[in-house]
Amino acid sequence: MSEVRVAGVGLTPFGNTPERTGRDLFAEASAAAFDDGDVPRTDVEGVFYGNFMGELAEHQGHQGPLMAEAAGVHAPATRYEAACASSGAAVREAVKRIRTGENDVLLVGGAERMTNLGTAGATEALAIAADDLWEVRSGMTFPGAYALMAQAYFREFGGEHEDLAHIAVKNHENALPNEKAQYQRAITVADVLEAPTVSSPLGLYDSCPISDGASALVLVSEGYARDRDLDAPVAITGTGQGGDRMALQDREHLARSPAARIAGEEAYADAGRSPGDVDVAEVHDCFTIAEVLAIEALDLAPVGEGITAARDGRTTADGDRPVNLSGGLKAKGHPVGATGASQIAELTQLLRGDHVNSESVPDATIGVAHNAGGTVASALVHVLEVVE
Amino acid sequence: MSERSNGNGNGNESENDHGVADAGFDDWLDALKDGRAYSLECPDGHGSLPPRRVCPTCGATSLEERPLPETGDLETITITHVPTPSFEDDAPFALGIADFGSVRLTGQVVGVDLEDVEPGLTVRPDVGVSETTGERLLVFHPQ
Ligand SMILES: [Zn+2]
Repeated sequence: MSEVRVAGVGLTPFGNTPERTGRDLFAEASAAAFDDGDVPRTDVEGVFYGNFMGELAEHQGHQGPLMAEAAGVHAPATRYEAACASSGAAVREAVKRIRTGENDVLLVGGAERMTNLGTAGATEALAIAADDLWEVRSGMTFPGAYALMAQAYFREFGGEHEDLAHIAVKNHENALPNEKAQYQRAITVADVLEAPTVSSPLGLYDSCPISDGASALVLVSEGYARDRDLDAPVAITGTGQGGDRMALQDREHLARSPAARIAGEEAYADAGRSPGDVDVAEVHDCFTIAEVLAIEALDLAPVGEGITAARDGRTTADGDRPVNLSGGLKAKGHPVGATGASQIAELTQLLRGDHVNSESVPDATIGVAHNAGGTVASALVHVLEVVE
Repeated sequence: MSERSNGNGNGNESENDHGVADAGFDDWLDALKDGRAYSLECPDGHGSLPPRRVCPTCGATSLEERPLPETGDLETITITHVPTPSFEDDAPFALGIADFGSVRLTGQVVGVDLEDVEPGLTVRPDVGVSETTGERLLVFHPQ
């Protein structure tokens, strides 16, 4: 089985650029990844691309070939869709392909154009990740679904909005020096608590923004990296995927995300690692409560105790195990189809030592990335390691 | 809501905005409105909701309709202030997930002050109407 190396990573700035097309966003991210990896486009054998709402935002389906073209690549291309976990799913499929030896060089990533829809339009588009008949027609929104999970969590394990506020404050703090982040702005616990309510208990500052952006990775086999003498010290050593019932109402627990636990266990086992080995994590904090559920599912915090991890300083930049040093979805932004691969990009840089926040984890060699779709009916987890 | 199309037997308002009903789902809303709401149950007792041909828990293909209990208990709730455009005039509204034994349902809690909506409330499911679109939706009346 061939080891998979991350040869190059590229991101657009995440933010509010409603006029930019998805193809333009992905062209920028992929160009940055080719530059970073020093890999020629002509070596690419396939494009694995994640996108969620292209039909709604841009009236554009069949985006695989469009994005290959935008990236200047002549290779078969397929779009993967798993709601907000779309590019996490694309990464997993590319990893498996390289491992079999079938391919040596793949372009992987994702893009999403969202802000051109406006807040109402984007809210409607995001809601289609839920069950249309049994959830959306009752009025469920994406924030509403996570609010129901937050309320269920408080009821089962305790906790309060102020605990969640510390997660938002932490992730904004982490994003301050990150030039790709949508919000390079510090906020306070009071800001979070006083912000307008979106869906109680979650307010405006518990929620990730609506974002435009793209991410790209050039993944290569260890053999290719060696033959070309590439500087590609980080490998994707573990991949896992979990699934669950589509509608939140049909889950055994309303305050847990078992799909992420399944994905995490598979990824850890695949890498031959355990949660205790993890030095740094990027997790899917589309809402503050989502970070709690994520770190509990990944066994980075005991079930029922993730709620205080940020408040107690365990997951802050100076904590034992920092979570979302990029700023997370909360502050970095969440162009949904780009998010999964962007987490791998940020984590790769954190481990290589060339991320703006690498100094917070100078000795880190193992990282984990957690990407979730819907109310975690889809979950993708990847383990990254410095291997040379 | 001018024309009838398919999938419904009794003339209730049950089409989506293209004038076509969702068979199974709209039939279920009709049944709820008529006071004969049901869940589906496999031989092992796993509950599910239509449209359904197979038990989503165990794969059993023999599903029977069982009367839904008249009331359920709210397990979790949220007050939604920022809705989708389809519920623009309905917001703010209370959304809850209620437990009915073998299944849970997601609906809007109506007929009560929003500040009085809390987990633990006993509710009765019913068919309501969106103030924004006039479409039918699942609602809960506190008991
Ligand atoms: Zn069954």
